[in-house]
Amino acid sequence: MRALLSARIGGVLLLAAIVAALPLLGPNRFYVDMAMKSWLNAAVCIGLNLLIGYAGQISLGHAGFFALGAYASAILTARYGVPGLVAMLAGAVGTGLLAFAVARPILKLRGHYLAMATLGLGFIISIVLTRELWLTGGPDGVQVPALFVGTWRASGLETWYWIAGGAMVLTAWLSLNLIDSGIGRALRALHGSEVAAETLGIDTTRYKVMVFVLSAVIAALVGSLFAHAERFVTPQEAGFLRSIEFVTMVVLGGMASTFGAVVGAVILTVLPQAVATFQDFKHIVFGAILIMVMIFMPRGLVPTLAGLVRRPGGGPGA
Amino acid sequence: MNVLTMSRRALLGAAAFAASIVGGDFAAAQTPPPIRVGAFVAATGPASFLGAPELNTLRLYVDRINRSGGVLGRQLQLSIYDSAGDARQAVTFVRRLIEEDRVDFIVGGSTTGETMAVLPLVTEAGVPFISLAGANVVVQPVGERRWVFKTPHSDTMAVQKIYEDMKRDNMTRAAILGGSGGFDQSCRAEARRLAPEYGITIVADETYGASDTDMTPQLTRIRNTQGVQAIVGCGFGAPTVITARNYRQLGMQSIRFYFNHGVASPQFIAQSGGAAEGIRVPVAALLVADQLPANDPQRQVALDYIQAYRAAFNEDVSTFGGHAYDGLMIALDAVRRAGGTDRARVRDEIERTTNFVGVDGIFNMTAQDHMGLDLRSFRMVEIRNNNWRLLY
Repeated sequence: MRALLSARIGGVLLLAAIVAALPLLGPNRFYVDMAMKSWLNAAVCIGLNLLIGYAGQISLGHAGFFALGAYASAILTARYGVPGLVAMLAGAVGTGLLAFAVARPILKLRGHYLAMATLGLGFIISIVLTRELWLTGGPDGVQVPALFVGTWRASGLETWYWIAGGAMVLTAWLSLNLIDSGIGRALRALHGSEVAAETLGIDTTRYKVMVFVLSAVIAALVGSLFAHAERFVTPQEAGFLRSIEFVTMVVLGGMASTFGAVVGAVILTVLPQAVATFQDFKHIVFGAILIMVMIFMPRGLVPTLAGLVRRPGGGPGA
Repeated sequence: MNVLTMSRRALLGAAAFAASIVGGDFAAAQTPPPIRVGAFVAATGPASFLGAPELNTLRLYVDRINRSGGVLGRQLQLSIYDSAGDARQAVTFVRRLIEEDRVDFIVGGSTTGETMAVLPLVTEAGVPFISLAGANVVVQPVGERRWVFKTPHSDTMAVQKIYEDMKRDNMTRAAILGGSGGFDQSCRAEARRLAPEYGITIVADETYGASDTDMTPQLTRIRNTQGVQAIVGCGFGAPTVITARNYRQLGMQSIRFYFNHGVASPQFIAQSGGAAEGIRVPVAALLVADQLPANDPQRQVALDYIQAYRAAFNEDVSTFGGHAYDGLMIALDAVRRAGGTDRARVRDEIERTTNFVGVDGIFNMTAQDHMGLDLRSFRMVEIRNNNWRLLY
């Protein structure tokens, strides 16, 4: 019973219940589609949250990793007939190696050099995807074949809803376990003070590199899923604004909170659709909502609201 | 007995009540459901020069048609979204148009990229879709594009029109000059492919980068090539303006310069500052509507559109808004002929569009041709005194 109330098990069960119950409420397939994209974005953000919220580093190139996964699946399956799961794995491994090669020298330095490096890396990935017409199909994008697992064909919105929801719950479960493990404690220690963490014998560089590579691999895997679900990818997936979007989702939901990452991702996926009916004013409404949240809830939605629940009224001793 | 009368009365009352309900239903059925028009255009972002006039045009004409009583006595209900030229957003919005707004047909897709991205969706759902994108791939191969039509002219037609004009003046040796972008490359490929058909030899082929600020080297190489009679320019935006200026500075007027329809905007002439003088461009009749002969069927349609658009938005028309006008009108015409909004019948009727006079040209769609324009819809103009001058 106590275990059910812990964030790790209770929270994951709650997420799974929401994923399972949502299709019963959605009036039509458009909502199923929005929910599916929300879960995919949430999975990327859970990974990114480990880096931002726990390792205290910022990546401005996660859309690049996402796109690498997506294009690896698209190109390997369509052009070279590689089985879908193998292509997905190849994309993840390739992205992991690239992330490692970039992060290893840079994370030896203290400060926000990783942000700059990932910014550059994201731009390079985006430019390559846009310019190398022979390989990527250029700015107009490329079609992606359906995903086959053995002879089973993963197609249809409902199927992909369950795959996306499952991937998100799995990522959340991994993330919560990681945070509660020795690695998680080491990460929090180095976020608090890198010097203090080092005097305690924590290899800060190693942990930072590890969590960065992990978050990049998650982004690539989700990118592969996205490519097969949407059946179409364009270089815009790798765009700088997409990277900013991921970071904004994490910050909005609340840094260092796995559930915050999920909430942020869902809100920023659904909000543009909700405000689309404002037509000419949609950008203003969208911006105003974000500014309000950051002014009144600077720690992000989930940590602020959780604090309110724990201390009703908010005042000390209340 | 008494009981029987009572129940009879009750029965009569019930019947009267039922009749009134049914009658009410009939009355309700006499206000027919709206015709649901779906649209997505790149109203913001880098392609907004395409999407903004399209958005204006669609809103303007849906409004006008509703005020004059709608179509088949039904009002139009426009659901329009801004895709910002982003294929990902376009896909989401099209799914929304189909699933949530349950539209009867879709007009939109300012760029080729967003149009291509939504094709699987509209095909799967079976919704008639009139695209506003330029490239031929949007409607070809036609076997796979059952539900897809388009209104803008293709770059193939622009090149054909240019080559026809060269042939009229017995010119056979051409040089190609263009940028590295998708639009430019597509035009270049067509120019190379079609040259033999018109007996034209490509003697030079020069490319500049998208952000180049000086095309003098490329133009000089063309000037130094023996026997170049005409240059075929492929491109749009700033590079074309720079090219026109360099062409003037180098005094190359003995070689005729053609640009494709990418430069068919008032901005090109204005920014060239007189350097565009003498350059020839194939354009839609819309840009030279007031110069068309009085018996030209397109004249009145184009002038009406220009007047309505200027009155509503106080700005000059562009050919892009014209594509949206034609798309909307062709779809509504098909709805009228189909006598309703059954998607399959509307699709069939769009395919049967014949002699439809639009601002882009006269449309004749067939099962093999989902664009329906021929070369007559392009007018060859020459820039004279900083204005489009209709040649023929």
